[in-house]
Amino acid sequence: MYKIFLLIVGFQISIFVQGQDMTALVMKVKAKLDQVNDYEADGNMKTDVSFIKAPVGKVKIYFKKPNKFRLKKEGGISLLPKGGVSVNMSSVIATNDFVALAAGESIVNGTTCKIVKLLPINEASEIVLTTLYIDEPNLLVRKAITTTKENGTYEMEMNYGGYAKYGLPEKVIFSFNTKDYKLPKGITLEFDDNEKALSDAQKLKNKKGRVEITYANYIINKGIADAIFVK
Amino acid sequence: MLTLIQIELYKIFRRPRTYIAFGAIAALILIIQFGLKLDGKSYSDFLMKDIGGSMVIDGNIINGYLICYIMLQLLLVHVPLLVALIAADMISGEANMGTLRLLLSKPYSRTELLLAKFLAATVYTIMLLIWLAILALFLSMWIFGLGDLFLMKSSYVVLINQNDVFWRYAGAFVFAALAMVTVAALGFFLSIFAENSIGPIVATMSFIVFFTILSTLNIPIFNVLKPYLFTTHLISWKEFFDLKVNDANEAIIGSIQNPQRIITSALVLLLHIVGFVGGAIFIFNKKDVLS
Amino acid sequence: MQQIVRVTDLTKQFKNLTAVDHLSYTVNEGDVYGFLGQNGAGKSTSIRMMLTLIKPTAGHIEIFGMDLAKNRREILRNIGAVIEKPDVYKYLSAYDNLQLFARLSGIRSTRKQMMDQLEMVGLAQRAEDKVKTFSQGMKQRLGIGIALVHNPQLIILDEPTNGLDPQGIADIRNLILHLSRESNKTIIVSSHLLSEIEQIATRVLIIDKGKKLVEGNATELLDPAQTIVELQTLDNAFALQQLQLSNWTDKVQGQRNNTIVIKLDRKEIPALHTDLMNMQIQLLSLQPRHSLEDYFLQVTSGNQHVDTYTN
Repeated sequence: MYKIFLLIVGFQISIFVQGQDMTALVMKVKAKLDQVNDYEADGNMKTDVSFIKAPVGKVKIYFKKPNKFRLKKEGGISLLPKGGVSVNMSSVIATNDFVALAAGESIVNGTTCKIVKLLPINEASEIVLTTLYIDEPNLLVRKAITTTKENGTYEMEMNYGGYAKYGLPEKVIFSFNTKDYKLPKGITLEFDDNEKALSDAQKLKNKKGRVEITYANYIINKGIADAIFVK
Repeated sequence: MLTLIQIELYKIFRRPRTYIAFGAIAALILIIQFGLKLDGKSYSDFLMKDIGGSMVIDGNIINGYLICYIMLQLLLVHVPLLVALIAADMISGEANMGTLRLLLSKPYSRTELLLAKFLAATVYTIMLLIWLAILALFLSMWIFGLGDLFLMKSSYVVLINQNDVFWRYAGAFVFAALAMVTVAALGFFLSIFAENSIGPIVATMSFIVFFTILSTLNIPIFNVLKPYLFTTHLISWKEFFDLKVNDANEAIIGSIQNPQRIITSALVLLLHIVGFVGGAIFIFNKKDVLS
Repeated sequence: MQQIVRVTDLTKQFKNLTAVDHLSYTVNEGDVYGFLGQNGAGKSTSIRMMLTLIKPTAGHIEIFGMDLAKNRREILRNIGAVIEKPDVYKYLSAYDNLQLFARLSGIRSTRKQMMDQLEMVGLAQRAEDKVKTFSQGMKQRLGIGIALVHNPQLIILDEPTNGLDPQGIADIRNLILHLSRESNKTIIVSSHLLSEIEQIATRVLIIDKGKKLVEGNATELLDPAQTIVELQTLDNAFALQQLQLSNWTDKVQGQRNNTIVIKLDRKEIPALHTDLMNMQIQLLSLQPRHSLEDYFLQVTSGNQHVDTYTN
């Protein structure tokens, strides 16, 4: 037993040593993101979750360092994946308390990326593990997979355009696993025939949940009142 | 005929009983509004506690549109009673009061009289729904403001854009009026058989409760019956609040998931109205008035 | 004289009960037509058939010279009726009730006309009061007011004095006489009390178990020259034989329930009595009565209403 323990500890230390230079890369990415103190952007949000029927909605996105984030929809209601803070990259690597480990390379949408595993040092952290696919020459995170304690695993895929120099994406595709959703008919007072409803739901259920946000008209570092972030 | 309808309306709206219904609706709605205004947050927290464990709702779902939906859902179960209170009393009440024999010895055919009475009951029903719309929809819109309508169905949730909601309510209220007129027709039909008001009122409600239970129960034998029960169709106004989605699972603004279902239900209800009123006229014309 | 109502062979069969059985009668213009019979004799059923509330099983009703089945609307337009209890809308005032029924009869009256109508039935003071506060007599008078509001040719009053005190009864009686004499209305009044009818009726119909017993002019039926004498003897057969041999033979009506019925002038009774003695007929009883009373007693024999018979 003790031997196994030692083995694991030793193994981890060896990875740690290997991972040192990755921390530098992550810090560089972070520095790039840190140019942006705040931004405001128009967006289009598309929700594709099996049990949600929502139209594409116009949204406004606000961000302020270090981790203030707000997505506002006209009409007031938006459906977001749990742990909505993760919708932006900056908050994923907001802290310095992580261990960054190299995990090879991969191609995301035609771009070769370094795979970096971020392990938070703080035991209480909600995030268990984040895998970043970093486009090293441009210092852009192309893809991030975050595993949380409570809310499962999320995947973010980012496409960059005109605001790449700030590390701000043009489009973020957020994918996650959805759990079952079911309310008793007694509560919803629905009498409709079950078969139909079930097959509909089944058809939709085969998919993973996806939220897609397209950003446009960034206004960067023009200052944003804190009041906007108060819900 | 017009005179007859005017007289029937005059009789309805001169009776204190008529205003019980308007009062009851006002009281219920105002209490719900008051409660939600005071403690809407915890109610919405309760509603939103968990949608599928992986999604959260951002924004305030408690707005005028949602309140109206909640109230329609609640009240459309009780409104039939208020409709029956008058409709099931149209003939039996006169028989009970002893005025029926005098009324029928006036120079109008029984068919005319019944049609006038039914139309008067219909006007009452529609006014009740207009009252409901004023309080549940417009007052709620004024008190709670506008916003997107977020609805939880049994196997999915629907988010309807703010500017895509109002026409749905217009449709829903028109449909609800049709549904309530069907209830009125049932009560009216039953009222020709009795010489007291309580019997037909209770009978109407019992019918509705009984068939609603059959409509709700999920037992295969009853499922065969469901499409033929008018109670199944009474709540088809909800179909206005379901959106179609495209292949990318985006809800299509301005769409209705099952427009055919609304049309079918409306036709079934219309058929019931014609059946009940026609039956009432047919039977009543043959009837000896002994009250 | 014009016939206002002509009923022929009217029959109404309820499940096991023949309420009206081949009933025929005629009401002439200007008649106060007394419709007499016990409760359940078929009066109300007949009246309801005249108002199309009940469909006849068989028979024919003609009113104002028109077939009721075919010309219901025209006929009903000219009839005013109080059917059994004078029920009106209790939550409305007397005035509102009157106006409502006036409109139902196709009349749009001025307020003055309405108030005159109420005045006539003595309710002008209570015009704006809700009917639920009214006494039985007031309701009855309002009912009559409603029956009259459209100035109908024929007025049908079904048991108009039911539940009224003596003063109320007298009021209604006077109202009927007034309508008949001053307004020349044809009025059908039903009652189970002879006393009410005989004081006002010009013609009388008595029915029992749905069948006509007698129909005739009140003057004839009350005429002393038309007195009925009922004889009970030890030997009816012998008595009848003797009478038929005598000069009373034309007046003998026949035998009924162990009594011999003779129709004669009241003044002839002493002579009859003497002759019976002479003919050795052993008399048990001799009872004179006028014919209306006679018929009515047949109907009500053993009934508590006998004692209400006056005169």
